[in-house]
Amino acid sequence: MAKKKRSVPGINSSSTADIAFMLLIFFLITTSMDTDRGLARRLPPPPENEQHDDIILKERNILQVKLNKEDQLMVNGEVGFDIKQLKDKAKEFIANPNNDENMPEKHKKTLPFFGDVMITEKHVISVQNDVGTSYDIYLQVQNELVAAYNELRNELAQSQFGKSFAECSDDEKEAIIDYYPQKISEAEPKKYGGK
Amino acid sequence: MGKFSKNGKRGMPELNTSSLPDLIFTMLFFFMIVTTMREVTLKVQFKVPQVTELEKLEKKSLVSFIYIGKPMQEFQKKMGTTDRIQLNDKFAESNEVQDYIYQERENMKEEDKPFMTVSLKIDSKTKMGIVQEVKQALRQAYALKINYSATQRM
Repeated sequence: MAKKKRSVPGINSSSTADIAFMLLIFFLITTSMDTDRGLARRLPPPPENEQHDDIILKERNILQVKLNKEDQLMVNGEVGFDIKQLKDKAKEFIANPNNDENMPEKHKKTLPFFGDVMITEKHVISVQNDVGTSYDIYLQVQNELVAAYNELRNELAQSQFGKSFAECSDDEKEAIIDYYPQKISEAEPKKYGGK
Repeated sequence: MGKFSKNGKRGMPELNTSSLPDLIFTMLFFFMIVTTMREVTLKVQFKVPQVTELEKLEKKSLVSFIYIGKPMQEFQKKMGTTDRIQLNDKFAESNEVQDYIYQERENMKEEDKPFMTVSLKIDSKTKMGIVQEVKQALRQAYALKINYSATQRM
């Protein structure tokens, strides 16, 4: 038998585009592009495991932030506080740079990298909101408080290590977090000011 | 002169479409990489608040979602217009949140369980009452790592 040279017929590929289009449309429909970002917080464990709810805190150690149902802010008894000033107020409260009598007391603590430092270990920022408070303002307050901590940590990282907090190594970060521990407590919601 | 063809039928050269599938595939791969699978069909509408201190949610498999907002237009007849909670594909009450978390935790790998995060996608106009109920339920269920979903404020 003589070997015949057979030409392979080319496969018609004009429909590959259609198949790819169908796949593309499928993925467009079933997926979403949103990158999930948000404000990370930690909730306290359920009440029955807390030793005592009535730990007595000195008044100077507490920064009270209250929100009413009209979305108005009250900070340490000061009614109608502007949210734009909350970050600076919180920063001053947490760091207590001038050793103010009305600001949180400082305790001596030995930290890696820093040695013996005086820090406001016992400070607490208490956020209390009404049932009718809007979620938006609540999150804005949370955001300002977290921003205050982040800025303080960043400033400390800059002065101590000469780089931003995000660039620090894990050990350095831990020391900074010990220096400025985040203490935002959320009280049970209360209803005040009528219904 | 006089070089016009009589019948006027000029042959149009055919467009080469052999690289069209490659183009489409490129687009396909782009979308496959930058997007994520949508897990649930949304039944509530929400517009998350804008904040500045954002953190990225890592590892989608460790995250459970809770949505709170007004029901979508088509459900408003049945569910009303007050804020509702959505878990998975259906509306729920705040007392179902705890069971939902337990269920989600069951589906996780043992070593992942401590890292479980709950992402709260809540409409900015929602009242704190319902949010507080959900938060209490999360505390009871020991889902303490939460993330308030938000977008960047310019």
